[in-house]
Amino acid sequence: MVENAIVDSDKNASTNRGPKMISENTNVFYGDKQALFDINLEIGQNEVTALIGPSGCGKSTFLRCLNRMNDVIDICRVTGKITLDGDDIYDPALDVVQLRARVGMVFQKPNPFPKSVYDNIAYGPRIHGVGNTKAELDEIVQSSLERASLWNEVKDRLDEPGTGLSGGQQQRLCIARAIAVNPEVILMDEPCSALDPIATAKIEELIDELRMNFTIVIVTHSMQQAARVSQRTAFFHLGELVEVGDTAEIFTNPKDDRTQGYITGRFG
Amino acid sequence: MATEHIVKAYSDELNALEALIARMGGYVESIVQESMSAVSRRDTALAGQAIEADHRIDAIEHEVNEAVIRMLALRQPMALDLRAIIAALKISGDLERIGDYAANVAKRTLVLNEAPPIPSAAAIPRLGRLVSANLKEVLDAYAEKDADKAVDVWHRDEEIDAIYTSLFRELLTYMMEDPRNITACTHLLFMAKNIERMGDHATNIAEVVYYMVHGKSLENDRPKQDTTSGLVAESPAESPAESPTESGSVEPYNSGPDDSGPTPTS
Repeated sequence: MVENAIVDSDKNASTNRGPKMISENTNVFYGDKQALFDINLEIGQNEVTALIGPSGCGKSTFLRCLNRMNDVIDICRVTGKITLDGDDIYDPALDVVQLRARVGMVFQKPNPFPKSVYDNIAYGPRIHGVGNTKAELDEIVQSSLERASLWNEVKDRLDEPGTGLSGGQQQRLCIARAIAVNPEVILMDEPCSALDPIATAKIEELIDELRMNFTIVIVTHSMQQAARVSQRTAFFHLGELVEVGDTAEIFTNPKDDRTQGYITGRFG
Repeated sequence: MATEHIVKAYSDELNALEALIARMGGYVESIVQESMSAVSRRDTALAGQAIEADHRIDAIEHEVNEAVIRMLALRQPMALDLRAIIAALKISGDLERIGDYAANVAKRTLVLNEAPPIPSAAAIPRLGRLVSANLKEVLDAYAEKDADKAVDVWHRDEEIDAIYTSLFRELLTYMMEDPRNITACTHLLFMAKNIERMGDHATNIAEVVYYMVHGKSLENDRPKQDTTSGLVAESPAESPAESPTESGSVEPYNSGPDDSGPTPTS
């Protein structure tokens, strides 16, 4: 199992670029209220795509569509089509738990389980039936922590509670936990908003490294962060995808006045 | 987009930067005019005034640099603001060079005024008027954020290059006719080159204005009419080989007037 998973992620790295996920005419309704309007967006493989926009613009809602996190909200209804490697992720036959193993998520506030550092990482592989022996689990825990640039800081504290780490370490622990099940896509919802600038820089460096093996979609309120970490930037406003393009282009020469107004800090 | 920033102080800073460039442009326009009048009227006092005014321009350039660095560090400008700030930085650099060239013309005037008048000195102010007009227009284009106007200026630099080339030939002829003209003609030649370079900097400003407005570079190279780098003086005797050639157009982009020949001490 572990062998397969590693081969899978290698395959990801070799098929560079090309869309990993595609959203076609995605609409989202919360009851009668429409939150997203006909979102058409391609998420490039091994790229960091940043979703920016003012509060309530729908960027987090869209992010949650990508691994069906909106399913847990009763009144939420999603129409349109979202594919992962060409397969419709809203196919009723699809196992949502498996989908979320392929499309992992990191949240705004670090939320380690109230368990040891080791068990935080081992939890996912265990429930997915990966790593049946102690040796296999040990290896997954170590490699996940290494890939999250946390191993050196916690290797002597694996039995201590994850909640005892610093905020930045906790967030990297959550990233390591997401990585442990070998996802293909990692969704990040404002992963640095609760962190200081140094911890933020470490996460940003990590994002840049993770891009080699994963496809990343990040929602951020910091435009500087979007500019620093992403290759493509999508600007959302009032539930619409206003503009998407290469990050350098969006931040130097946006085409739409609403994008311009937002990123330059004007009334728009 | 004319709307104000949410943080009003940011808009104020951008407006102040634009005003600084406008003020600098005004000074540069007047120093160019002063130096041209100093040549045509053989006015030593006016030349001295122009040389003095150059210091004021340098000081404003310094102010612009500081304002730009401060805004880049503190405001993290994006999109059109970023382009406006970078444009101000680049334009101030070009304006400073134009000021230097004008001061250099004024310095050479001091020397020329010691020698008897040369007829073709009149062509210098003519060239100067064209450059002044382009400078004024490109500064208007900046103030009005009018990229079309900037493109017009950009195209008109050809005319300046053409006049410069013909003046170059004319001065070579004078020198061949009477070697006593050589000193004065050489100074006139460098003046002409300086003025032609001012035109090039006005063209640079036009490109910057275009970038500021559209967020992309003015493409396809401007046709170059300055062909003097290959010109050879036909000597009355048949020895065409060792005639002086002028190397102006291989001059590096940012070279100042000080590299373009001996500068008289004032």
